[in-house]
Amino acid sequence: MKLIKFLILGICFGIIMVKSEAFSWFRIHEMFHFQSFHMYGLLGSAIATGMVSVWLIKKFNIKSISGDSILIKPKELKWKANLLGGIIFGLGWGLTGACPGPIYTLIGTGVTVFIVVLFAAVMGTFIYGALKKRLPH
Amino acid sequence: MQFLLQPWPWYVTGPLIGLMVPLLLIFGNKAFGISVSLKHICAACIPSKNPFFKYDWRKETWNLVFALGIVIGGFLAWNFAVLHNKTESHVAQNCVTGKSICTNPIYNGLNPEARLMFKTWGITEHYQAAPEQIFDWNVLVTPMGFFFMVLGGLLVGFGTVYAGGCTSGHSIMGISQLSPASMIATAGFFIGGLISSWFIVPFLLEQFLK
Repeated sequence: MKLIKFLILGICFGIIMVKSEAFSWFRIHEMFHFQSFHMYGLLGSAIATGMVSVWLIKKFNIKSISGDSILIKPKELKWKANLLGGIIFGLGWGLTGACPGPIYTLIGTGVTVFIVVLFAAVMGTFIYGALKKRLPH
Repeated sequence: MQFLLQPWPWYVTGPLIGLMVPLLLIFGNKAFGISVSLKHICAACIPSKNPFFKYDWRKETWNLVFALGIVIGGFLAWNFAVLHNKTESHVAQNCVTGKSICTNPIYNGLNPEARLMFKTWGITEHYQAAPEQIFDWNVLVTPMGFFFMVLGGLLVGFGTVYAGGCTSGHSIMGISQLSPASMIATAGFFIGGLISSWFIVPFLLEQFLK
């Protein structure tokens, strides 16, 4: 039952992905060709909202509903991995037109062949695990 | 009612996406991030001796449930809240008789310049949110299907764990907490995306669609 709230939040997120058109291959390429402000406005206002929220949570030491202090784990800085991994991710983002959130959304909207894209992404993650020690971090 | 069926402007949906950050923190003390689900699927489904995948993924079930929710949300929104099918019967009929004349609000909302670009790329069918000339089961076993779906998916999965997150985990959650790692990763996402969108995608479509 504890998981129900995450299911509901996920459903909300999936609906927003469709209504914002962020799951559209066309929107992603329109963004990379600077032909519309849509995706920049979307990402920018999402980040601004997230930033203010995190600031408020820290400032007022807001607790989670179960009463625990909210822990925000810092992202580990490994600049080579962040940059190289980021570029590799970006190459795939352009091809599929979808990052992981939209991959799940597209499957839901009936573009079922994205199950294969998801499977390939899982394989990509697995390959990274196998090569991890040999990659610059 | 009309508003519910139309695409929503970015200044409505952007803040809603951003609200995922505090909602997940307050309701579950969890950091917003979707790509980590790929790692949990590996840990849960692929037997491996690799310590990278040896952890108790059951403790992270929430993330997989969240991902499942996204699939359901996508289904609900597309089938009940997009102005293209049952609600507009004449459009629905057109869609059945000939996909190419289908009205798709997701396509029509694009900048005309962008639509012209897609046309020059050879994309004429756009009923789905991803062009069906590229993303279809019939295309899967062709070279085009390999590049766009299999290679594309591999790069997304490989890059995201390597970078330590994706657009949600780094660009939204990470930048919200002012993390330098996330800013570097996001710069990487755009470098890769620009190369892909300006050079690789047009080149591949030139080979396969024309």
